[in-house]
Amino acid sequence: MADLLFHEVLVPVLLIFAIMLPVVLTVAMFVYWERKVIGWMHVRMGPNKIGPLGLFQAFADVVKLLIKEVLVPTNANKFLFFLAPLLALIPALAAWAVVPFDQGMVLANVNAGVLYLLAMSSVGVYGIILAGWASNSRYALLGAMRSAAQVISYELAMGMALVCVLVLAGSLNLTAIVDAQAGPKGIFDWFWLPLLPVFVIYWISGVAETNRAPFDVAEGESEIVAGFHVEYSGSAFAIFFLAEYANMILISFLAAVLFMGGWLSPFPVSWGWIGHGSILWLFAKAFIFSFFFLWFRATFPRYRYDQIMRLGWKVFIPITIVWVLVAGCMKYFGWVTIGG
Amino acid sequence: MSAQLLQLICFYAFGAVAVASALMVITLRNSVHAVLSLVLTFFSVASIWLLAQAEFLAIALIVVYVGAVMVLFLFVVMMLDINLERMREGFIKYLPVGIIVAAVMLVEMLALIGVRAMHVMTMGPDPAAAAGMSNTAWLGQALYTRFLLPFEIAALILTVGLIAAVVLTLRHKPLTRRQNPGDQVRVSNRDRVRVVKMDAERPQESES
Repeated sequence: MADLLFHEVLVPVLLIFAIMLPVVLTVAMFVYWERKVIGWMHVRMGPNKIGPLGLFQAFADVVKLLIKEVLVPTNANKFLFFLAPLLALIPALAAWAVVPFDQGMVLANVNAGVLYLLAMSSVGVYGIILAGWASNSRYALLGAMRSAAQVISYELAMGMALVCVLVLAGSLNLTAIVDAQAGPKGIFDWFWLPLLPVFVIYWISGVAETNRAPFDVAEGESEIVAGFHVEYSGSAFAIFFLAEYANMILISFLAAVLFMGGWLSPFPVSWGWIGHGSILWLFAKAFIFSFFFLWFRATFPRYRYDQIMRLGWKVFIPITIVWVLVAGCMKYFGWVTIGG
Repeated sequence: MSAQLLQLICFYAFGAVAVASALMVITLRNSVHAVLSLVLTFFSVASIWLLAQAEFLAIALIVVYVGAVMVLFLFVVMMLDINLERMREGFIKYLPVGIIVAAVMLVEMLALIGVRAMHVMTMGPDPAAAAGMSNTAWLGQALYTRFLLPFEIAALILTVGLIAAVVLTLRHKPLTRRQNPGDQVRVSNRDRVRVVKMDAERPQESES
């Protein structure tokens, strides 16, 4: 009994904390990094007053948000109003369960990992819709509608992109997908090369899924003030913030795992330690991808709503459907080598 | 406590949640709450399927129904402006009809269960486990080999339904103005601004 409790309850809970705490800490530092990077791109300093190089700015923000008053709008549906941030956060954190960090370093090595990720990302939209509805506010409802339509549309393109990956890898298991990308040619064995258009579409859909610039019509500060979370303040707002950034980092990790070889090294094995796969390679790749999020935000103007829909439905989905066929041909005729 | 017992407890817990939330779907006054109860029902059923090792079906249920169908449902219900007083008025009036429909359905279902119970069917071993594959892999293999034709026919019927729905709701209004993105992209500065060459002019001296 005690043994069972230890192995089936205590160890998984500790492992969950070992993933969750770094994720939350990374979100805090990522917000600081975002403000710094965007500052540099705007030829500003970014936060530099609190702590060395402004490093404690993130923690100051967290403390500020947590001690602020949480306001509930008049006639808001109180139960759903407080349920919504949790519904946004839970899937964002739960999705991390299947992310493999290194060979065998994964919390839940499930066979249907890619499907699980799709399920989690599609559940996350409830938080946004309910936040918009329960706030009893016009702007919030508009933001929620835009966001829901956008997330559903881009989920299709993203799902088709994932289908291409799993056709090539022949498995839904994320560890098996990384293993399928191993090979003597290093970087040219990874899936970004045979699936280049799909890789680009996956990444852009990921940006759209997380409602980030240039697809941030759901928040659109200049049109609908802040969209679905306009009525949220203090810690309730902080939870939405945490969910959004955790999702961004998750999408970055998944782009690295699905298309850029996960923990595999781009260099040949003969180069010593630098040629061996390790968790540091995964972190480096995910860092580069998460940097793209910030780069996009500082560079591109916001898409118009109808342009977003057109891009998703009329451009991305047809391309991904065609590429599913191409990927099938690649696999069937052996145009690409799978596995080392 | 053995793992089997734990599974049994989980099964009954998920089952109870599924039944309770299904009851809430039809008893709750607030329609948004009712839709959310339906979501909870789907979730509980998916959990039960996971317990039965039908992982693909469970996750597909969540992706398709919870992730897409119910979101659209919620969308529509949120946009409805329902007068709750009016809804309560109709309750007594429609109660007899509802009871009759419910009774007929109950009798039909009991008859079906009775007929099925006469032919005793024993379930074989889990085919996926027997083949030594994961549930998802086995399902894919079966669908694309043994059941390829029915699978493709089902896909075709769904596509026809999809196109029919689009055609039924597509109305060309004569007054709609459309933007052609191709034209918008191809536009050049000469279409918008005309640069005129003219001689410099001296400012005229103002009369004072």
